[in-house]
Amino acid sequence: MEALISSGVANIAYLGAIVLFVLALGGLSHPDTASKGNVYGIIGMAIALIACILSEVTSNYLILFAALFVGGGIGILLAKRVKMTDMPELVAILHSLVGLSACFVGFASFFDPSIWTDYLGIDKTIHDVETYIGILIGAITFSGSLIAFGKLSGKITGKPLMLPARHFINLALVIAVFYLGYQFATAASHELAIGPLYIMTVIALLLGMHMVMAIGGADMPVVVSMLNSYSGWAASATGFMLGNDLLIVTGALVGSSGAILSFIMCKAMNRKFFSVIAGGFGTSGGSISSSDEEVGEVISIDSVETAELLKGAKEVVIVPGYGMAVAQAQHTVYEITKILKSNGVNVRFAIHPVAGRMPGHMNVLLAEARVPYDIVLEMDEINEDFPKIDVSIIIGANDIVNPSAQTDPDSPIAGMPVLEVWNGTTTIVLKRSMASGYAGVQNPLFFKENTRMLFGDAKATLDAVLKNL
Amino acid sequence: MKIGIPKEIYPQEKRVAVTPNVVKDILKLGFDIYIESGAGLQANFNDQAYEAAGAKVVSADAIWKDSEILLKVRAPEDKEINYLHSGQTLISFIWAGQNKALLDALAMKDVTVIAMDSVPRISRAQKMDALSSMANIAGYRAIIEAAQHFGRFFTGQITAAGKIPPAKVLVIGAGVAGLSAIGSAKSMGAIVRAFDTRPEVKEQVESMDAEFLMLDFSEDGSGEGGYAKTMSEEFIKAEMELFADQAKEVDIIITTALIPGKPAPKLITRAMIDSMKRGSVIVDLAAEQGGNSELTQPNKVVNHQGVTIIGYTDLPSRLSAQSSQLYGTNLRHLITDMCPSKDGNIQVDMEDEVVRGATVIKEGKITWPPPPPKLRAVPKTEPVKTSEIKVKAPEQKGFLGTAIAIAVASIGLLLLGSVAPQEFMQHLTVFVLACFVGYMVIWNVKPALHTPLMSVTNAISSIIVIGAIIQISADQPLITWIAGATVLLTSINIAGGFAVTRRMLNMFQK
Repeated sequence: MEALISSGVANIAYLGAIVLFVLALGGLSHPDTASKGNVYGIIGMAIALIACILSEVTSNYLILFAALFVGGGIGILLAKRVKMTDMPELVAILHSLVGLSACFVGFASFFDPSIWTDYLGIDKTIHDVETYIGILIGAITFSGSLIAFGKLSGKITGKPLMLPARHFINLALVIAVFYLGYQFATAASHELAIGPLYIMTVIALLLGMHMVMAIGGADMPVVVSMLNSYSGWAASATGFMLGNDLLIVTGALVGSSGAILSFIMCKAMNRKFFSVIAGGFGTSGGSISSSDEEVGEVISIDSVETAELLKGAKEVVIVPGYGMAVAQAQHTVYEITKILKSNGVNVRFAIHPVAGRMPGHMNVLLAEARVPYDIVLEMDEINEDFPKIDVSIIIGANDIVNPSAQTDPDSPIAGMPVLEVWNGTTTIVLKRSMASGYAGVQNPLFFKENTRMLFGDAKATLDAVLKNL
Repeated sequence: MKIGIPKEIYPQEKRVAVTPNVVKDILKLGFDIYIESGAGLQANFNDQAYEAAGAKVVSADAIWKDSEILLKVRAPEDKEINYLHSGQTLISFIWAGQNKALLDALAMKDVTVIAMDSVPRISRAQKMDALSSMANIAGYRAIIEAAQHFGRFFTGQITAAGKIPPAKVLVIGAGVAGLSAIGSAKSMGAIVRAFDTRPEVKEQVESMDAEFLMLDFSEDGSGEGGYAKTMSEEFIKAEMELFADQAKEVDIIITTALIPGKPAPKLITRAMIDSMKRGSVIVDLAAEQGGNSELTQPNKVVNHQGVTIIGYTDLPSRLSAQSSQLYGTNLRHLITDMCPSKDGNIQVDMEDEVVRGATVIKEGKITWPPPPPKLRAVPKTEPVKTSEIKVKAPEQKGFLGTAIAIAVASIGLLLLGSVAPQEFMQHLTVFVLACFVGYMVIWNVKPALHTPLMSVTNAISSIIVIGAIIQISADQPLITWIAGATVLLTSINIAGGFAVTRRMLNMFQK
């Protein structure tokens, strides 16, 4: 059976899809246009799929449509079922699928005997390298995302795994990948090439696993966006392999998007991308804060007093962190917000870029609780307002409100931009206990004289506060 | 241990060392509390209230005889010293620096004396700092007293009967009392200016929306422990000129200037008072130490050519309910600190910086003055320097690394360009351009939408499905099946990614 449309027509359709994808990403620049952007993305994808099926597929329709519909069904089901607090896990598992797909496409391409006749000389080498890189990135993305999924869902410990010579292990693996690549590209026959490819795939899987295992829980925003980026590069590499501009462009868009997100996340933590990837935290001799003179007593408060404070305030800022997601407290937070707003209190939310386990994690949770997005502000928008704030409530956040990032140059988090809540009149910190944050740094905020600690599970204590309002 | 609270016998003293609320808290620590009948009446706490809180109301004799710990506000009078006996602990204001004779008399009695006025000014001890509590009340009350004697509004108003200018208040000394006075005057609507020899308080003054008066003179008046010190002659001359100018203009002057262990500096001269408008008011919070104004008479209100000069020394006592409550809470914190095991026994731990500072007599031995507070400034500056060096080194390395990376990449690309076929170069061009388009577009994305961005890029990156679709019609079943599996995986991703993005975006609302 012949293809229904020519490749020229398909290429025009691909171009349309590319334009729609760019529009889709552009639409996300504002919440008002974001939904439209998503629709552009769907239309673009539909056009690309239809054009490709019409121009390329000549047989095996049953397998194709069965796979499309079953897969689509599973996808929609997943999207409907997922809880908003579990979004990071979903994103991670979806990344792993892209990585696995890139591997599969690479292998399928490799098993196609026509490459030995279609490509000759330098063309063959370039094609081999493209295939090799596609599988490499795909495999790293796949295993890395699986580990990230495990860590985010708590199936694997969030603590960084610190193997004794982990940098050497990584280096050795990378060298092996280069060596095998050389073997693969110069192999004289299909049979000789297959060995190095298999070994490399295993190494790439190990590399992905090891890399993410070494990264701790709070660095997850970087990891998730990095894997996002990888999934894009994997698509791009596949595009090179197949000579398809649609894949190259889309992969590049996604790849740069993920890279930018990683960059933003790293900047928000004042850390170098490579030191995050290299894993561990503060391993370069960053001793525990020397400002122990401040370490003293904390003043605790109960939910009744908290409610009184909130009632008496005019300006309230709520700073949510990962703890709010864990306690599922976002709905209670908004109930409190509504009551305060109806009493004429100006309540706003302050979001640190790395709050939570994924870029934008807190925004999604607050949106789920129906918090209007115009009272949800970014760090830079609200930081200078803190001196005018009567009460700030910190819900399950620690390092992002740690003043030692600014005051103690020896602190492992020195230089990280933080929310300057201590400039407000009163700060209430909701916390389970006095344990230090992810970075293992003591937080002098807790010992400030205008800080009150409200101990307990965030959801339970906030419910109690709500009752007393 | 038994805690006794006698009635204050100093004339005009209305405060009481603890309030019923404080009684409840101290009882929780395992102590027994005995209070003299009528001790709290002047502060509006009757015996029944104390009994309801769990204290036992007894006579003065019983208090002095049986109590192991005595809580008072004022330093003991001679009569009270006579009642004391060996082994007792007295906690009250003492003013050891000014009352050497009192200290000796107390030491003779073989008692332990803890002076609330000697609690060191460190962060940890702020909750026991009775001086700050009392100063806060004095500052507030000073404004209230001034308002009482001032014949006009504090706030400016435009009324049908004409315009009323706001009162102008000058606060000298922006310590706790000064800041409290600033806050009170400000909240009544006055224009407030403040002066202090310590430049670091400028920020605090300005944070209360008052104006900080600056001298064209650089000399730091910060002394030890956050108090002010005596300034140089030139400074004082410049300062006096400033006050003379201000005196002609302002309606109310509140002076709070004190230097520890010295008579209060004379800041407002007779000439300045002469130059003030009739009806103006001066409240001198330093009256007890001789006054900041030349015409102040302690405990009296004098009128000098229409200017009222208030020299009350008992301002906290004039707000007795409030000051008793704060003082009692300060006491409670101190006792809590000295009773770590909560078993109803206090320990006078001389290793504890706070307890050491406050203890002026330990079992009959005078331990005043305490060693100076530990210095902190020196070690603090050290780490800053080292870190600067630390930061610089990797920066240079980073730059070099980037340069090398760029060079290697350029050479690699040039080599590639020399051998690669035309088609590959076209793809590379498209790739690089697409990266730039992505770069430009993504920077516009709001951080709030980062999660939807990730899920939508996830869906889009499943465009890899195209590769699988191209392969699905291959001749070999193996390739077909691999391609089929890939289509399955990617379609999960496409449908899931778009659907979850849609779900999230629908939640974002104004």
